[in-house]
Amino acid sequence: MLALISSPAVFSLIMIIFVVGAIGSLFFHQSDRWANGWSSVFALLGTFLGIIFSLSTFMQGKELFFSFSQTSFTFLQFSLHIDMLAVFFLFAISLIGFFCSLYGFGYVKHYYGKYDIGALGFLYNILLGSLFLVVTASNALFFLIAWEMMSLASYFLVVYDRHDENNVKAGSLYLVMTYVGTAFIITFFLLAYKYTGSFQFDVIKLQSDLIPVMVQNLMFLCAMIGFGTKAGIIPFHIWLPAAHPAAPSHVSAMMSGVMIKTGIYMMIRLFLDVLAPVPLWWGETILIVGMVSSLLGVLYALTEHDIKRLLAYHSIENIGIILLGVGSAVTFYALDMKSLALLGLMAGLFHTINHAIFKSLLFLGAGSIIDQVHTKNMEEYGGLIRYMPQTALFFLIGSMAISALPPFNGFFSEWLTFQSLFQGIAALSFSLQWIFMLAAGSLAFTGGLALTCFVKAFAGIFLARPRSVEVTHAKESVLSMRIAMGGLAFLAVLFGLFAGSVTKMISTIGQNLALFEKVEPFVSVSSTQTLELTGGFALVSAPALFLFFGVIGLMIFFLVRFTVNRKQRITLGNTWDCGTPLNARMEITTTGFARSIILVFKNVLKPSIQQAVEYHDATSRYMPKSHSVTMGVGDIYLKYFYLPLQKFIHESSLRSRIIQGGNINVYISYIFVALIITLFVVL
Amino acid sequence: MTFSLFLLQGLLVPVLSPLCVGVIKKIKAWLQNRQGASIIQPYRDLWKLFHKDERISKDASWIFLFAPLVVFSVKVFVGWNIPLFSLDSGFFATSDALVIVYALALGTFFLALAGLDVGSAFGGFGSSREMTLSALAEGGFIFSLLTVALLAGTTNLFGIASHSLFDSGLHFVPVILAFLGFFIILLAETARFPFDNPATHLELTMIHEAMILEYSGKRLALMEWASANKLVLFFALGANIFFPIGLASGTDISTILIGVGALLLKLLAFCLVIALLESSMAKFRFFRLPDLLVASFILNAVAIGLINSL
Repeated sequence: MLALISSPAVFSLIMIIFVVGAIGSLFFHQSDRWANGWSSVFALLGTFLGIIFSLSTFMQGKELFFSFSQTSFTFLQFSLHIDMLAVFFLFAISLIGFFCSLYGFGYVKHYYGKYDIGALGFLYNILLGSLFLVVTASNALFFLIAWEMMSLASYFLVVYDRHDENNVKAGSLYLVMTYVGTAFIITFFLLAYKYTGSFQFDVIKLQSDLIPVMVQNLMFLCAMIGFGTKAGIIPFHIWLPAAHPAAPSHVSAMMSGVMIKTGIYMMIRLFLDVLAPVPLWWGETILIVGMVSSLLGVLYALTEHDIKRLLAYHSIENIGIILLGVGSAVTFYALDMKSLALLGLMAGLFHTINHAIFKSLLFLGAGSIIDQVHTKNMEEYGGLIRYMPQTALFFLIGSMAISALPPFNGFFSEWLTFQSLFQGIAALSFSLQWIFMLAAGSLAFTGGLALTCFVKAFAGIFLARPRSVEVTHAKESVLSMRIAMGGLAFLAVLFGLFAGSVTKMISTIGQNLALFEKVEPFVSVSSTQTLELTGGFALVSAPALFLFFGVIGLMIFFLVRFTVNRKQRITLGNTWDCGTPLNARMEITTTGFARSIILVFKNVLKPSIQQAVEYHDATSRYMPKSHSVTMGVGDIYLKYFYLPLQKFIHESSLRSRIIQGGNINVYISYIFVALIITLFVVL
Repeated sequence: MTFSLFLLQGLLVPVLSPLCVGVIKKIKAWLQNRQGASIIQPYRDLWKLFHKDERISKDASWIFLFAPLVVFSVKVFVGWNIPLFSLDSGFFATSDALVIVYALALGTFFLALAGLDVGSAFGGFGSSREMTLSALAEGGFIFSLLTVALLAGTTNLFGIASHSLFDSGLHFVPVILAFLGFFIILLAETARFPFDNPATHLELTMIHEAMILEYSGKRLALMEWASANKLVLFFALGANIFFPIGLASGTDISTILIGVGALLLKLLAFCLVIALLESSMAKFRFFRLPDLLVASFILNAVAIGLINSL
């Protein structure tokens, strides 16, 4: 049975389902309900099959090699290679895709009559299908086609809500950044082709030692920039906080949850599989990128009051944490400490799936809220826990998981990441130790800052009194949306409770890579789900944590509730108001909440305040009519990186314009000179 | 026997914590030439609060009602999982240093949410300040535990406590540096001078008190008790992780008595230091506190650097 499921036929069937879903929803685009129903059913079916397919392939531990069709070109093959690493990402994509599709079924309804639902269904199914292909393609050109499909589908989804001018702008930024990234990726593959003579990943892998060291280093940089742009590493992240908020929320969840992970997938694939062995500085670079992204990502998240931008910045932060795991893996591998390298890779992969779960949960929660309150500005929320109690609970679970609070899933992957960094500090000499020390330090600070940020987000959205009238009209979202969020929240608990089993599975996935063959990971899992590092450096048991904490909590609850002062009366009253009638403007705002921490980091964040005063009588300046304060954060990337770059490109284009004389004789002479040069080169 | 040790381990922190608060207050009173309240006054206060009726804000949600339970449970959980008087009374699969750090963060998370829940300006600003400080304290906290973890070769707290770090005399400097770093974190996390004034209700400066301002009755008792527990937890961590002297190993009655006695002495020493500190220095300006926390992180980083160069 299992062998039957994990066959190329089933994978092709999934692709066909997505294509049928895509084309069918275009076909039904006249009727919003039909288009939505059609695309959702096929997306659900495809992702559900994807979950079954990836699980059964994993359980059998078999690799699939196959091609869709033979082409007459030698360099373009529609060949796929589904190994365990691909299966892992397939699983993440299908799992998140399944819940997002379920959510989308209810969520899309508020676009009825406004936009073409058929187009949305088409693009959504294409996005899912291309994500499947990106992580399975084993030919560089085929991969690039899938990559382009993914980028284009997500671009059109970003600009789907096109009546808002900002969304269109965000889309353009996304498109430009994507193409810059893709240019580097193409350079990477062309370099690989030049020295290995093939676009097939397995051939490049076999012949990777033919590539000179300098070219390898160049290829590393290309891959870091190209795939890093997609993953959202700082400073190539600028599209991410603009584009993710613009897309419909279930698409944002897909983008943040899994699409940016395709960048991580390719980094792991290239640095730990195709290009191996790798020099030491690659690992160190990845670690530094991870540090910068995690720390700055969370700091920028703190400055945001747009709920979806805040979550988008947290994606950058978590990509950084994943890269800390992957970077330590690459570093240890370069030092030939394979057991530790496997630990680092496992930490990265575990955090990848965890982040996919809780970040899509949070984006879906944000979508429900925006759907009801009609604004993304957190300053206009407040008190929603009364109106949307279930969404609040799910969002709380997501917040706790992303802040790495035990006993949720985020804690265990950060625990593994910490441990792999600690091993670096313990095992390496001073010249290498410091980088792991900085990495562990940045991870520790990131944890604390993320906690602060989610106190701010959760309290700003759900607690205290409503800060706008819209909130008081909010209702709990429809069933399909609640089931999707509830399912993901349940997974966040489940992946925490069974962190041991998950770690074990991930170690199998890591060991499937050629370089970790027969390598025992540095962490072992006992039959009681206890994670233990080799040599007993650390151990933790998730079930024991759940049980112990649960028992203590229940005991205290019953003691306090039923033994002490059972006749206690509880009266409801007003919050202490110091004698003035209390209103929502007296609450702390989310901006105010984060202000002190922003001021602590003012050298990095460059906070700005603009004050504008309008007077009744401008000459005397005694009676102010209105006073406005605009607070912001300086954009150092724009100022010090992108604007100078743009200026440079602009000026060099102006310079090179001189050769465009407009005279036909000049052009003919250019052709002649070019011909002569070519002849010289060829002869 | 092992089970009774296990129970004793769990009950010790909540039982001793009001006493510690009482002792600190008494010493401070003496230093101010006052008679001061009896050292068992905090027990009486808790008893009184537990028997009072409660008044809850209309704006409060279930987070506010639920938070005291989580905050208190976290402190009991942590108290059960750190070395107090014996090396054989712990629950080893959950006494990892990172579990303890993040469990305490769980308590802080709910405390801050509770402060924000009722929508008073006091609670909001209290939570904002608390989160600012605890976010910056996290680095120093993890690194100070990491220093001794690297020396002992384990991040399990009972494992760390069972190593005598001073054996060779080599690691004296790193341990002292890490302890200094930890002590700064202790002051910040337990809301003591120069970070916070536990005796004030002045709206411009209070941090911890601002967050629990809206509580009354049983829930206030739990919150107050939890913060007293946190004080003892940090004292015990500081004493037993960095100076693991006198900890009992085995189930012999006499060694356990010695262990408990040593713990009481250590707690008394910490109370004395805190009381002296609070009587002799002023609170810092809020925006100078991050410097102190970063100093803690740097002290620990230096300590770790020293370990390997030795």
